[in-house]
Amino acid sequence: METENEGEVVKAIVAGHGTFAAGIISAVEQITGRGAAFVAVSNSGLCLDDIQETLARELDRTGVRVLFTDLPAGSCTMAVRRMLRSRPGVALVTGVNLSLLLDFAMQDGDDPVAAANTALERGRASMASYGG
Amino acid sequence: MPVALYRIDDRLIHGQVVVGWGQPLELRFIVLVDDDVADSEWEQELYRMGVPPEMSVHFHGVSDAAAALPRYQADAQPGIVLVGDIGTMSRLVRESAGSIRTVNVGGVHHAPGRTGRLRYVFLTAQEEQALRDLAAMGVDVSAQDVPGARPVPLDELLAAGPDA
Repeated sequence: METENEGEVVKAIVAGHGTFAAGIISAVEQITGRGAAFVAVSNSGLCLDDIQETLARELDRTGVRVLFTDLPAGSCTMAVRRMLRSRPGVALVTGVNLSLLLDFAMQDGDDPVAAANTALERGRASMASYGG
Repeated sequence: MPVALYRIDDRLIHGQVVVGWGQPLELRFIVLVDDDVADSEWEQELYRMGVPPEMSVHFHGVSDAAAALPRYQADAQPGIVLVGDIGTMSRLVRESAGSIRTVNVGGVHHAPGRTGRLRYVFLTAQEEQALRDLAAMGVDVSAQDVPGARPVPLDELLAAGPDA
């Protein structure tokens, strides 16, 4: 089961602190026009149980198999990792950055989990330091 | 080095604790006091994997934690004692023979029956009374989500409205 977001198939949920998810999705939209492939979830004002409930509801509503979170120790990551126990086939990638999300957005294959893992490598490789 | 913070936070180990407090206080250990987590190897592994390598996590039920507290308070490294709700902190304070003198209300989020006091603190009447009881025992109770925020004293916290 997959759902559509403004006519585009939703491929993944992005969850994080504050407006991180909405912000990074807006950047994907600006660069690729594919921001509607993602649904944003924020942990703002929510306890751990409510974060988990919100994420479960969005997983059920959209039918996606991939979630991205911002911080390995963050509450969204903790909530997703707890959910994964009862949801085989669903994958979590944490520590997401814009390069990773762009790569995922631009892949059109049939396997979103494989796409997420490919994108993870792109995201890792995009980190760089200059000068200093 | 005494324990740097005794914190009530219903998210337990998460970004604010590990990064927000962990880095400026140079925390080297977290004592997570929760009866359910203390009984679950899987939950412990989940939380253990959420902390950076320089930080260790110790899991205790409440009674167990009260007995172990002097050891953590005598540790040369800075650490934090973390509980998920006000009731657990109240029990811990009562069972630890007056050795907890300050309590940080770091995150008690919205739930049915609770009234908003701060953006990150929602309390039932019973929880408010429990915090007053802690203060009556001489414990300095204040709310503060991150180190850069102003600590909100208990009287001010309980007088605050949802938009504070």
